[in-house]
Amino acid sequence: MQVPAPFEYERATSVEHAIALRTQLGEEARFIAGGHSLLPMMKLRLANPEYLIDINDLDELFYITRADDEIRIGAMTRHRELLDSDLLAEHFPIFRDAEKVIADPVVRNRGTLGGSLCQADPSEDLSAVCTTLDASCVIKSTDGERIVSMQDFHVGPYETAVGDTEMLTEIRIPLKAGGGSAYEKVERRAGDWAVVSSGVAVWMSNGTIDDGRVGLAAVGPNTTSIGPVAEALRGAAPSEEFYEQVGEIAAANCSPQTDQRGTAAYKTHLAKELTRRSLRRAVARAQGQEA
Amino acid sequence: MQVTMTINGQEVSEEIEPRLLLVHFIRDQLGLTGTHWGCDTSNCGTCVVLIDGEPVKSCTQLAAMASGHDITTVEGLEVDGELDPVQEGFMQCHGLQCGFCTPGMMLTARALLNADPDPSEEVIREAISGQICRCTGYSTIVRSIQWAADHETDVSVGSAS
Repeated sequence: MQVPAPFEYERATSVEHAIALRTQLGEEARFIAGGHSLLPMMKLRLANPEYLIDINDLDELFYITRADDEIRIGAMTRHRELLDSDLLAEHFPIFRDAEKVIADPVVRNRGTLGGSLCQADPSEDLSAVCTTLDASCVIKSTDGERIVSMQDFHVGPYETAVGDTEMLTEIRIPLKAGGGSAYEKVERRAGDWAVVSSGVAVWMSNGTIDDGRVGLAAVGPNTTSIGPVAEALRGAAPSEEFYEQVGEIAAANCSPQTDQRGTAAYKTHLAKELTRRSLRRAVARAQGQEA
Repeated sequence: MQVTMTINGQEVSEEIEPRLLLVHFIRDQLGLTGTHWGCDTSNCGTCVVLIDGEPVKSCTQLAAMASGHDITTVEGLEVDGELDPVQEGFMQCHGLQCGFCTPGMMLTARALLNADPDPSEEVIREAISGQICRCTGYSTIVRSIQWAADHETDVSVGSAS
């Protein structure tokens, strides 16, 4: 029987209350959102918090809204809402691509965006999606709030920029014209962690890629946006040959490790092939050719 | 700590350790052993219960997190001696062999039919994709849920409304 080690449980009633509890209880406290990453870690003693602060009652953190030039998503928004959101699907179809292959529908009823990012697993899909989309994370404390890019949010495997007295409250994704995005994942069985996955977003005008980004999961210590890919995409005219080249750039700039999910060579091959497929689909979507 | 929740329409209030998982609270503390305890890793789905009408894997929830909520277990499907159409469907279409996955399958099916009274086969298969049947009887499970959809009554156990 797998049971977490003993801890004390508190239920937060507001963001302010949650941050006050965290500040008071210190580094031995963790927030619990959906619990579908943290509880398995606690069962295996990979996480041993002395206090859990339950934030499931914080209705103010469940939302997907459009501001002027960005989409804002509350940290407690569950996978199921991300999958079902027509607003997200319209602007960032990459979310629906990814959500369809994250765990299963019952798990998606509980798991949250904020929890997924804070887990900081190098194979985690929404981290790759948010990396692809150049998202930023709103982190609050009693001192106010700060905004951290995805690049700086993950500071190592299972480590984030969120401090002991802070809380991730919102994810912001910039909206730009002419966008298209897509996500491709290879997994050992349905709903598993990625062997490798690759997200691509492009922003186009007049048949040319003005700007683009990639986000790869499971090819290094954190999900990664590969700078040379963005450089190659900028100003490029799409073609099958070009997609192949970009896949090769992605493969040449990642550092997967051999583990139970596959060899480094296989993962490098996947990085190339999945980037190529995602790019092809992202371009088609940016041009309105594919839903 | 003290937790209070509604289980199958009845309020229960119990003293628990915060680390107690919902599945063990239901089975061991309340004695409702219809909810099965399987893989313990949120893969197999036999421990699914409805929390406020939504299927949730109870091996990956704390009983403390369920406090204040409305829980439906497989025992709650039958109302006043009348089987839920889902239970009837599993009987009619041989939806179980060993029966281990059945409670989770039936509760997920109930939640699906509450949300979508006439689901396609594809939708049914997607809905139960977080659940594993070790007898590999998915075809009959799908048929059982289709039978239930065709024989829905006005009951809607576990409906969030």
